Amino acid sequence: MAAVHHPDHGHGHEHEHHGPPSGIMRWLTTTNHKDIGTLYLWFSFMMFLTGGVMALTIRSELFQPGLQIVEPEFFNQLTTLHGLVMVFGAIMPAFVGFANWQIPMMIGAPDMAFARMNNWSFWLLPPAALLLISSFFVPGGAAAGGWTLYPPLSTQMGMGMDMTIFAVHILGASSIMGSINIVTTILNMRAPGMTMMKMPLFVWTWLITAYLLLAVMPVLAGAVTMLLTDRQFGTNFFNAAGGGDPIMFQHIFWFFGHPEVYIMILPAFGIVSQIIPTFARKPLFGYSSMVYATASIAILSFIVWAHHMFTVGMPVTAQLFFMYATMLIAVPTGVKVFNWTATMWRGSMTFEAPMLFAIGFIFLFTIGGFSGIVLAVVPVDIQLQETYYVIAHFHYVLVSGSLFALFGGAYYWMPKWTGNMYDETLAKTHFWLSMVFFNLTFFVQHFLGLAGMPRRVPDYALQFADFNMISSIGAFGFGFSQLLFLYVALKCVRGGKKATDQVWEDAEGLEWTLPSTAPYHSFETPPLVK
Amino acid sequence: MSQEATTNQYYIPKPSTWPMTGAIAIFFMGFGAAFTVNKLPIGYASLAIGFAILIYMLFGWFGTVARESEDGKFNKQVDSSFRWGMSWFIFTEVMFFAGFFGALYYMRVLSVPWLGDLEHKLLWPDFAGGWPTAGPGATEKYTAMGAWGLPAFNTALLLTSGVTVTWAHWALKLNKRSQLKWGLFLTIALGALFIGCQAYEYMHAYSELNLKLTTGAYGASFFMLTGFHGFHVTLGAIMLTVIYFRVLAGHFKPEHHFGFEGVSWYWHFVDVVWLGLFVFVYLL
Repeated sequence: MAAVHHPDHGHGHEHEHHGPPSGIMRWLTTTNHKDIGTLYLWFSFMMFLTGGVMALTIRSELFQPGLQIVEPEFFNQLTTLHGLVMVFGAIMPAFVGFANWQIPMMIGAPDMAFARMNNWSFWLLPPAALLLISSFFVPGGAAAGGWTLYPPLSTQMGMGMDMTIFAVHILGASSIMGSINIVTTILNMRAPGMTMMKMPLFVWTWLITAYLLLAVMPVLAGAVTMLLTDRQFGTNFFNAAGGGDPIMFQHIFWFFGHPEVYIMILPAFGIVSQIIPTFARKPLFGYSSMVYATASIAILSFIVWAHHMFTVGMPVTAQLFFMYATMLIAVPTGVKVFNWTATMWRGSMTFEAPMLFAIGFIFLFTIGGFSGIVLAVVPVDIQLQETYYVIAHFHYVLVSGSLFALFGGAYYWMPKWTGNMYDETLAKTHFWLSMVFFNLTFFVQHFLGLAGMPRRVPDYALQFADFNMISSIGAFGFGFSQLLFLYVALKCVRGGKKATDQVWEDAEGLEWTLPSTAPYHSFETPPLVK
Repeated sequence: MSQEATTNQYYIPKPSTWPMTGAIAIFFMGFGAAFTVNKLPIGYASLAIGFAILIYMLFGWFGTVARESEDGKFNKQVDSSFRWGMSWFIFTEVMFFAGFFGALYYMRVLSVPWLGDLEHKLLWPDFAGGWPTAGPGATEKYTAMGAWGLPAFNTALLLTSGVTVTWAHWALKLNKRSQLKWGLFLTIALGALFIGCQAYEYMHAYSELNLKLTTGAYGASFFMLTGFHGFHVTLGAIMLTVIYFRVLAGHFKPEHHFGFEGVSWYWHFVDVVWLGLFVFVYLL
């Protein structure tokens, strides 16, 4: 697609030899941060649709009580792969796509620090995705132990689990290379005058996110390596008879897993912090407190992991520690929410699609945050563990959190990327459909969970029927609404009202000083930042 | 894209086929590994093809980087990118080992004593919960690896190799090429000797001590930690060898030699990991 808009724009002064190779080779060999960002974004959208089809199959099965559409074994594979595909295939690569497009433009750099490695980071994703998806078709099917891959289930399953393990290894390598690139770019490639505390908040949040990735992706690699050797080479890490402990996997996994959830939300915070000031026409309230809050959240994320495992057995002292540490995260997160709200206070606001998504984010992410505090309370969690309340909670932070911010960011920067304004009416329609159907899908799941409906089960007791039917209707509505986004994006790529350089009336930042479409190389000579 | 114009400008490489080649290699290796561990014949072939492509890619890609470096395309800013990049890469390696060390501590300090406590007496009445252990379900006898024979010698080897690589680095900075060559050569030789000693120790463990990868918590942590470390030493030795040949070819200048430095950082890193291993896996 983007092949359509780039070449014709050209780069004025470069009549010489350059410009990218044409056709498919451009995308296979590119060392350009914008091309690679585009690849990331389209890849993640495809994976989003793939994971979405799995989600809709799950919701179809749950439309009514009883087993109708899929076998229970296949249902388990679907829930597992839905989680893995959405986390590692959709949300994370989408944010990396934003990082690729935006960070060099926002800090005044010519490109990413390691342009060739950047290409490799992206092109490792398709092999990993193929491993994951094709595991449905091998004997025994895909991994079916949940995306958390807990042993002993994951030490028993067939070859689909091995494919998942190697896919995770490859995805981890990709993330690590991407993060090294992002950290180095931010630390070493800023334009003169762009001090750390002048960096746009999106850049800050990605810097901190990249550190989280560097710290925890290798631990995940270690965890799945132990799974692999337990499965195939006779080690006893997770086997009590050999002196190991299956619960140890959960500790190692969640040491990765909890920072991972912040990896998926911090860049979203960054995007929202870019959007709100633009459409409130006021500078961001409390910039430095935003930076410190982000860092605090990242540091705290390393000492809360066991709140995912309150019911597996641990000393009461440990439960109390993890409960209080978890609740502590509400403080810096609250700082952020209040800062966004204060930014809007007495602003002269308009409600274009990016702003709608950002405000939707604040509302719904806060609900997800509150249900998180509810779940942090040990006695409550013991009741709610493994119920639909948990499902509702993390979809509020991941869908109406991360995903809404991604959509908001996509609309916000799409004019800069394509040179054209998107269709505002359709984009607003996309927002409202998403908003309504999202809540239809997931709000009722709080009630299901409180009433005791367990997750990851394809059948349920009759008293859960009504809410499940509502949830399934919402899910289909939400799923099909996303096709509207695809349409709006394609339409915007192909044409539309020409975007001005600044695009938005009060947008601040280096990216808005560049022409729309942004030139192939953003800042060949670094701009001076006052 | 006038990126090759001057050294003032940050070097941005032209479009390249190496990353794609690497992705194809990883594709074959990923499927190959998954099929191989499940004993599908096609897995071995796929793994071999992937590995061959990866080797080809590594030669091509690193060769390109070495040429770019020698052509003077990397200015100070690029150099400092390399420094940041390598530092954070080593940090990820530290975290990888931290995961395995964490598993060792968890088992030694928590889960093994739990298995020997009162609650588990019904299941495993005779298990006391000490370390080293092959677990309460173990039936085979084995002997734990001692610290003061070969492992202590290995410690001395690696520590000495840390000295020799630094000696080589000093030589490089003073442009004493012959001392540089000797320093690198000695480092590689010490590294190779270390790997040889580890291989001997593994054979000794399997044939005489009956200590295997399958020997419960102790065997798993022993072989996985020392195995991954040995693998990293091997990688480091290969990297040093590449640097050695580059030195023979006249590469590196006293003021511009990050390739050398990056590898020596890596070598010091495997050294430090070994000290952790020596204390927590062998000694205590």
